[in-house]
Amino acid sequence: MAATSPNPAPAPAPAAGPGEPNHGLRIFIVWLVLSLAADLVIWFVWGPHMPPGALSSAAASQQFDINVMAIMAAPVMILVLVYFGYALIVWRAREGDEEDGPPLHGNTRIQATWITVTAAIVLGLFVFGTVQLVVPQGAGAGEGASPIWRPSATPLQVQVIGQQWKFSYRYPQFGGFQTTDLVLPVGQWIEFHVTSIDVIHSFWAYQLGVKADANPGVDNVAYTKINHVGTITVRCAELCGLWHGAMFDYGSALPMSAFRAWAASTEVHLATVTKALPPYSLTYDPTMVAQMSKAMVAGGFAGAPGLYYPPTDPEQP
Amino acid sequence: MAIETQPEKAYGAGGGVPASRRQRPWWMRPAIHTAIIGAVIGYLLGHLLGNFLASSNVATEYPNLPLSDSSDWPIVLGYALAVVGWVAGLGVFNDLLRQMAGRPVPVEAEEDTEPAGLARYFRFTLDHKVVGIQYLVGMLIYFCTAGLFAMAIRAELLSPSYHLFSSSTYIEVVGEHGTMMMMLMSSVILGPFGNYLVPLMIGSKRVAFPRVEALSFWLTPMAFLILLSGLLLGGFPFGWTGYAPLSIQSTIGADSYAMAFGLMGISIIMAGFNIICTVICYRAPGMRWSRIPMFVWAMVATSFLMVLAAPVLVGGMYMMIMDRTAQTAFFVDTLGGSAYLYENLFWFFGHPEVYILALPGFGVVSEILPVFTRKPLFGYKVAAAGMIGVTLLSFFVWQHHLFDSGINPDMRPVFMLTTELISIPTGFIYLVAMGTLWKAKIRLTVPMLFALGMYFNFLIGGISGVFLSDVPADTTEHGSFFVMAHFHYTIMGGLIFAFMAACYYWLPKMMGIKLNQTLGKWHFWTMFIFFNSTFLPLFAVGMAGQPRRVFEYARNLETLNDWVSISAFCLGGSILIFVINFVWSTVIARVREEGNPWRSRGLEWQVSSPPPPGNFAQVPVVLSGPYEYGTPGAPPVADLSPPLGVVSAAYAEPVAARAEA
Amino acid sequence: MSLPARVSLLVVAFLAVAAIGAFVVLHYFLSGPAVENYAAGVAPNTGATVHVVMQEDPQNSVTSTPDWVSYFIQDPHTKAWVHTTLFQVPAGSRIDMTIYGFDGCTPLRNNYWGLVTGTVGNVEYVNGKPYHFVNSWSGCNVAHTFSIPGINLNVPMASPGLIQSVKPGLCGSSPCQPGDPSKVPYRVMKFSFMSPHTTGSYFWQCRVPCGGGFLTGFGGPMQTIGFMTGNMEVVA
Repeated sequence: MAATSPNPAPAPAPAAGPGEPNHGLRIFIVWLVLSLAADLVIWFVWGPHMPPGALSSAAASQQFDINVMAIMAAPVMILVLVYFGYALIVWRAREGDEEDGPPLHGNTRIQATWITVTAAIVLGLFVFGTVQLVVPQGAGAGEGASPIWRPSATPLQVQVIGQQWKFSYRYPQFGGFQTTDLVLPVGQWIEFHVTSIDVIHSFWAYQLGVKADANPGVDNVAYTKINHVGTITVRCAELCGLWHGAMFDYGSALPMSAFRAWAASTEVHLATVTKALPPYSLTYDPTMVAQMSKAMVAGGFAGAPGLYYPPTDPEQP
Repeated sequence: MAIETQPEKAYGAGGGVPASRRQRPWWMRPAIHTAIIGAVIGYLLGHLLGNFLASSNVATEYPNLPLSDSSDWPIVLGYALAVVGWVAGLGVFNDLLRQMAGRPVPVEAEEDTEPAGLARYFRFTLDHKVVGIQYLVGMLIYFCTAGLFAMAIRAELLSPSYHLFSSSTYIEVVGEHGTMMMMLMSSVILGPFGNYLVPLMIGSKRVAFPRVEALSFWLTPMAFLILLSGLLLGGFPFGWTGYAPLSIQSTIGADSYAMAFGLMGISIIMAGFNIICTVICYRAPGMRWSRIPMFVWAMVATSFLMVLAAPVLVGGMYMMIMDRTAQTAFFVDTLGGSAYLYENLFWFFGHPEVYILALPGFGVVSEILPVFTRKPLFGYKVAAAGMIGVTLLSFFVWQHHLFDSGINPDMRPVFMLTTELISIPTGFIYLVAMGTLWKAKIRLTVPMLFALGMYFNFLIGGISGVFLSDVPADTTEHGSFFVMAHFHYTIMGGLIFAFMAACYYWLPKMMGIKLNQTLGKWHFWTMFIFFNSTFLPLFAVGMAGQPRRVFEYARNLETLNDWVSISAFCLGGSILIFVINFVWSTVIARVREEGNPWRSRGLEWQVSSPPPPGNFAQVPVVLSGPYEYGTPGAPPVADLSPPLGVVSAAYAEPVAARAEA
Repeated sequence: MSLPARVSLLVVAFLAVAAIGAFVVLHYFLSGPAVENYAAGVAPNTGATVHVVMQEDPQNSVTSTPDWVSYFIQDPHTKAWVHTTLFQVPAGSRIDMTIYGFDGCTPLRNNYWGLVTGTVGNVEYVNGKPYHFVNSWSGCNVAHTFSIPGINLNVPMASPGLIQSVKPGLCGSSPCQPGDPSKVPYRVMKFSFMSPHTTGSYFWQCRVPCGGGFLTGFGGPMQTIGFMTGNMEVVA
C-alpha cells in the first residue's frame, strides 16, 4: 500500500503581488487605534473605580497596580484578537477552494522580535511588581513574621485571631483586650498580626487591601494606613471548614479620637475577661494553657487539644 | 532502536503452547465483572482488618460505646484492599503469577489481538487502541458527572440567602466537583488521544509497556468510584486542595479524597512513563525529533511533568493519611509539624498539574491548525521550545499559590519573576498560531472552530494569570472568584475546548464513524457563547470581594451571580448537545467514515479508519514531516511498504538521509 | 448489534442514569434533619415571645456515631426530643431559650468565648443565677457554647462540675431526661435574645473543642449539622 499523498496540485507561489494589500500595516493600524482607545478608557474612566478602591494605602496601591497591568494587558489582548479576527475574515478559504496555503515554515526576524518583546514586557512587569511590593503601600499582603518594611513610628498593633468560624481581634497596646468588633483609626499605620489557633484561615479586609493567611502557630504581618472613614468588610478567604462561607465581619474606620474613646472604654468594660485570657503573644499554643487551674490539670486538661493525640505524645526535641 | 521484529515465544517446562485463554466463555474470563467482585471482597477484608487495628484507637471518654462509624483505619484499608482486589479481578496479576509458578504463559503477540467486538473494551487488554477508547468513554463519564456537580453549585449560588441545600452538602459538592475535575481530567487528552495516537503518529505498531498503559486506565474507574463513595461517608469539607490541618480534622470522607487522589497520581505516573518510553524508543526510521508531530511533543512534555510531579502528590497524600490514621504529626504545628509543609508539597505537585492540564491542549490545537489552514506549522522549533520551556519552568513557580500565606517575603519577587517568565514560552503557542494563520486558506470546520475557541479562551485565561502573578494585585485577587475565573478559562476554555476539537477531529480515525457536523456547529457556538457568558463576569465578582467556595455572598452581587448561574445551566445544555451527538453518532447513526476526511498529512491518517490491528502492516519509513502543506513536490509523509531490507538495514547503520522536505 | 437492539439499550441506559440522578438529588441533596418550627402561628416583627428548648448531651444513642456529643431540640408541640439542630423562629421576636446541659466540661481554646454577648442584658442564667462571663480555665465550668455569629450571640453552656474521667456519672443514654439532678447531673441555662428583622439562615455553632478524637477538637460532631452546629431560620 503506497503512501497516499494528500497534497493536491501545488499552490501558486505566494509572492506579494502588486494587488496584495499590506496585511501587516492594516492590522497594525487597527490595533493601534483600538489599543489607544482601550488604554484611555481604562485609565481615565474605569481606573478611579477599579477594585479594591482607595480607602487605605494598601488598597490604593493595589488599585494602581491593577490599572497599570490592565493598561499593559489590553494592547496584548487586542493584538491577538485583532490578528485572529483579521485572519478569519481575510484569509478564509473561499467556497470550493481546495488549494494549500504558502509554505511558510518560519521567519527568524519575527520570531526573535516576538521573543524579545514578550521578554521585555514580562521583565518590566517584574520590576514594576517588585518595586510596588517593597514600598510601604505594598505591605497589604501577609509577609510572615519578618516583614521587609516597618513604619518608622510605632504603629497600632491589631492581632487577628482566626478561629473556626469567627475572627477575633486583640489590641495589645490597650491592655490586650479581645473583641469581635474590628474598629480602626484613620491616618495611622496599622500593623496586623494574623494568626490562627486551629486551621488555616485568611484575613481579607477588602477595603483595606489586606489579605494575610491565618496559619496556626505562625505570625503573619501586614501593614496598611486608612485614608478616610468608612465601613470595612472582612471575609475569610481560605476554606476553613463547614461555615467558611459564613465567616465574615464588618469593621469600621473611625477618626482617631473616636477610636481612642472606643478602645479606652472597651478596655475597661472587658477587664475581667482580659484577665482570664492568656497573655498577649504573637502565636498561641492552645494545647498548653499556663493558667489552667490545678483541678482541671489533674483531670487531664492541660490545654484544649481535642483528645486527638494522647497527652503523653512527646514534642520534637 | 528497540522495535521488536520477533513476537515473544511461549515457553514452558513441558513444551508446547497451551490452549488459548480465548476459548473460555466471556463470563469466565477476567473482565470488569470479576474486577467488581474482587473490589468488593477486597473492601470487606480491608474494612475488617481496619476494625481490628482500630479498636485500640478510639480517643474519646466513652470507650465502652460500640465502635463509632468515624474511625479511619477501616476506610483506608478497605479502599486499599479494594484497589488490590479490583486489579486482581481484572487479571493483571495472572501472567505474573503463572510465571512465578513456572507455568507457561500464553503468548499475546501484537498482531494476535482480541476479536473485534464490545467485550474487549471491558477487559484488561494490551492493545493501545482499545485502551484509548476505554479512556475516552471513561473521561466523558467523569467529566459529565463532575459537570453535574457544577450545576448543583451554581444552583445553590442563585441566591445569597436562600439555601437550596444545606451548607455541608454544598461544601461536599464543591470538593467533589473540584477534585473530580482536577484529578481525573489530568489524563483527559493523554489518556484517550495520547495512548491511541502516539504510536500511530510515530510509526510504531505498539507502545512500550502495554500492561502499564492498560493498568493506568483501569485505576481511573476505581479512583472515580472511591471519590464518589466519599459522599456516602459524609464528604470532605476542604475542596480539591486539601489543606492541612483542616484535612486532618475532617471525618472519614477525607480518606476517600486522599486515596482517590493518590491512586490517580499513580495512574498518571504510569501513563506518562509509558508515553516517554514509547516516543524515545519506538519511533520509525526517519522519524527524527524534528519531524514528530507537535501533538507528540506535547504528550512527551506532559508525560515528563506527570512522572516528575505526581510522586510528590502521592507522598503528600500518604502523609495526610498517616496523620489521620497513625497519629503522626507532619502537618500539626503544636507537635512540631507545619501546615506549610502540606501547602508546599501539594503545590509543588499542583503547579505542574495545571500544566499537565494545559500542555495537551496546546498540542491538540497546534496539530489541528496546519490541517485547516493548509500551511506548515509556523515555527516548529519555537513551538517545541515553548513546550519544553513550560515544562522546565513549571517546577519553579509553585509558591505563587502561597504569596499571602506568610512565606519569607524575599521569596515573593523570586516566584513573581518565574511565574511571569513562564508566560514567555506560553506565548510561543500564540506566535506559532498567528504565523500559521498568515495568508492561510482557513477552513472553519468543527475541529477548527474549537481550536480557535481554545486560543480565544486561553488568551483571557493566560492574561488573567499575569494579573495573579503580580503580588500586590494578587493580594486582592487571591482566594476570590478571580482565581476561579482564571483557571476555568485556562482549563475549561483551554483544555476542554481542545478536547472537543480532538474528539471531532480524531473520532473518524479512532472509531471510523462521522460525528454530525451540524450538531457539532451548534455545540461549538452554544458552548463558546455560554462559556464566556458564565466565566467572564466571575472576574468582576472576584474583584468585588466574593471569596471562593462560599455559599453566602454580598447581596449586591446577586444579579451577577444569577447571570452566571443561568449561563452555567445553558453551558451544561451545550455539553448535553455534545453528549447527544456523540452517543447518537456512535450508537445509532454510525455513518461510516473511511480514509482521510480532513486531508491531513499526519501519519495516523495514512492507514485505514479505524487502523488495523498492529497499526501498520510493516513499520513505515518516514520521508518528511507532517506539516509540509503548500510545498510543491513534497514527498509523502511516509513510505508504508518500504522495500525489504530497508527496515533492518536501518538498524545496521544510521538511516541514510532521504529526500528532505 | 442491530439498530433496534442498540436503540433499546440506549433507552435503558438513559433511564438508568436519569433514575440514579433523581435518586441522588432527592435523597442526598434535598434531605436533612428535621426542622423544628417554633415560628408557626406567631406573627413576626411584633416583639412576641417564643420559647425554644434544647439540650446538649455527652453522647447520642440514636446515630451510627454514638460517641459524638450532640444537641437535641424539643419539638414545640409534642415536647419530644428530636435529634436535630435546625429550627425556625419568627423575625423581630423575643426568643427565650432554655438549654439543659448534661455534658461534662472541656476548656475553650480561646477563653474569650466564655463572655456572654448578644443576649438581653448580656447575661445568662445558670440554675437561676446570672452570669456575664464563665471562665472555662479556672474550673470545670464550661461544656459547650451556643453561638450565633451572625447576630454576635455567644452563650457558654455551664457543665455539672465533675470531670468524667475523674468521677464518672454523667448521663449515659440520649436523649437525656431532666429529672433528679443528684442521679443524672445537669445545668439549666436560660437566656433571651431578639431575633433579627432580616429573614434568612443564621448558622449557629459550639465554640468548645468538644469533638473528641478529632484534631483541635473541632472535627466530627462540631462540623456536622444535626450534632453541634445547625441553622436558625428566621422567617417572616
